[in-house]
Amino acid sequence: MAAAEFDIPELKDDIEIPKLREGSMAHAKSFVANQAVQDAMGYPHELGEDWKERALDKMGDLLGKYRSLKVFLDACVHCGACTDKCHYYLGTSDPKNMPVARQDLMRQVYRRYFTTAGKLFPKLVGAKDLTKEVLDDWYSYYHQCSECRRCSVFCPYGIDTAEITMAGREILNHVGMGQKYSNEILNKVHRIGNNLGLPGPALEDTLEGLEEDIEADTGVAVKLPIDVKGAEVLLVTPSADFFSEPHVESLIGYAKVFHAAGINWTLSSHASEAGNFGLFNGNYENMRKVAMRIRDAALELGVKRIVVGECGHAWRVAYSFWNTLTGIGYGGNDPFSIELQKQLDPTYPQPQHICELTNDLIKSGKIKVDPSLNDDLVVTYHDSCNVARASRMGTEPGGQFTIPRELIKAVANNFHNMADDTIYESTFCCGGGGGLLTDDLMEVRVKGALPRVTALNNVVKEHQVNFMAMICAICKAQFTKVLPKYGFDMSMVGGIHQLVSKAIKLD
Amino acid sequence: MIYAGMFYIATLLLVVGLGYKIFDYSRTPAPLKIPTTPAPTTQTGVVYRMAKEVVLFESLFKSNKWIWVFGWLFHFGLLLVLLRHLRYFTEPVWFWVSIIQPFGKYASFMMVIGLAGLLARRFLVDRVRYISTPSDFLMLVLLIAIGISGMLMTFVVHTDIVALKAFFLGLMVFDVQPVPQDPILLAHLAMVALLMIIFPVSKLLHAPGIFFSPTRNQADNPREHRHIAAWAARLDQKN
Repeated sequence: MAAAEFDIPELKDDIEIPKLREGSMAHAKSFVANQAVQDAMGYPHELGEDWKERALDKMGDLLGKYRSLKVFLDACVHCGACTDKCHYYLGTSDPKNMPVARQDLMRQVYRRYFTTAGKLFPKLVGAKDLTKEVLDDWYSYYHQCSECRRCSVFCPYGIDTAEITMAGREILNHVGMGQKYSNEILNKVHRIGNNLGLPGPALEDTLEGLEEDIEADTGVAVKLPIDVKGAEVLLVTPSADFFSEPHVESLIGYAKVFHAAGINWTLSSHASEAGNFGLFNGNYENMRKVAMRIRDAALELGVKRIVVGECGHAWRVAYSFWNTLTGIGYGGNDPFSIELQKQLDPTYPQPQHICELTNDLIKSGKIKVDPSLNDDLVVTYHDSCNVARASRMGTEPGGQFTIPRELIKAVANNFHNMADDTIYESTFCCGGGGGLLTDDLMEVRVKGALPRVTALNNVVKEHQVNFMAMICAICKAQFTKVLPKYGFDMSMVGGIHQLVSKAIKLD
Repeated sequence: MIYAGMFYIATLLLVVGLGYKIFDYSRTPAPLKIPTTPAPTTQTGVVYRMAKEVVLFESLFKSNKWIWVFGWLFHFGLLLVLLRHLRYFTEPVWFWVSIIQPFGKYASFMMVIGLAGLLARRFLVDRVRYISTPSDFLMLVLLIAIGISGMLMTFVVHTDIVALKAFFLGLMVFDVQPVPQDPILLAHLAMVALLMIIFPVSKLLHAPGIFFSPTRNQADNPREHRHIAAWAARLDQKN
């Protein structure tokens, strides 16, 4: 099915706040999941007669389970601080893509059915009945949010629209309006073990092929081991790293780092996916089930360390949630946590990001690099939203900004940041995160990338930047597709470990 | 006496309503670690972050200087004005309340200017106009009217403040005294009572809400401490 035609936004010198154009993105509708997919997930596949009761029941359930949802729906004062912060609003001008308006799609229903003021005076407080039109708006606009949390940085009460979007999608699933893209992926990971549905034998073939490529290229027999019992490190990486370009270049980089440092490592065919779309759908049980594969693999292989490859939302789930969901981490005093904790090496953070690991190895001199091998590149760095605003690296707050940059500067001589208000905690999402990386949302993705591409364009003009490094599989896939639409070459996009791979000295 | 009854009911609704909301927020679990990072790694750091939010409106400052200026003028004007009003509820008046009297009087200008700025934004900025509900406008109008009626009594036509104080001191010991029959005062008091009643059922819940906001009140230490909600811990036992 061909996507509708749309105009590519024009790149200006500055990121401009557009005038409202009501309804300009109301037509953007991601494909709805079919019966097979919804059945497998245990959700209905169509709106039943009782859809409204089901939706409100689910909302009540979530309000009782998530303080974030309850407080965020109550606390907003409509001050407007977030209205110009969302990349989808900046790129589309649709007012329902302003974070507060996106939240209000749910808040109006919350007020109507769960608050005294909304029950008594709906018009006065902007409360609305839950109708099919409202539900359609939810479906459309909760799939135009990448859950990037930029709005939560700027909200005086820390209201995070991602929490509302997640709840919205969870409710939509429970009434039979699941999103095809995310739910198909969750099905694949539950059934096969990774988002791409790559079975074990195919994975082994791919890794063997890569080993041959590396040896042909460098003359060194760098291995990509899988399912090795007793290995020290289990590497869990997004499955895109196994075959997508430019992702695979980073996978080669990780392998070279482990080889050069003499670390005994392994991948796992059972846990061949770091990504976790359970996060995007706001379903705790699904997210936990996906994450449990990693715990199970770690226990089975008897590894001492768990390291995560370049993936933004995966790092959020790993860093912030794995300890909660699966006991990967420290400080648990229940039998479930202790079983795994006693196996892990307490001298390392668990889980550890591959950038933390490589940066430490370079700083301590355990691996050697020659940054001049990247002298053909002028590099900038795109802070991925989930790394920047939902996780950390290292021991200090903000390590998620300094460590990747330290690492880039160690392996490349030419580095320039993009404008300050577009990086660090203010970074702009790539436009394809949070379950939107699907062709049926191409217009949303291209327009949502506008702020980031504007900032990139400025460093290209000013410093002749020709490489945008990043540590997220979704960002990489999104930019290789979207940058060409703005006239940039897709070879500008790559992982930090792609740079490491070029600069590292192998013996 | 209508006004005495009105204040008893308003106070009851405010205290019970707010108390219930705070209880409800505190009993609702936050199952996942979701601080907006970079976030402090310790509880002390969280207190410092929260203090900066509550006193300086740090996130709002990052976000929008106009809203910050008007919002801060309003809230701190209101704080000084409220503290000044303690003199009508204490006998003898606490010494620090006496000290801030002059500041509290003029803080009413801060308050009303801030409110007027916020109201103007609701009309002038297309994005803010789009998200504003009738109650958003009315809330500002109510606060401005409370402010202006108060300022009229402070600066223009003084009311019988001695009798008013006797009224409130009486209320506090359930000894109902007559309220001065001054129309501006009566309007001022009625609007304040209305605000108290609205508080626990409106967006004014942002005041307790911020302290319960997980993106601001959680420490960033998920690798070191296992954070788990009771309903989620039950899932561990199935494995």
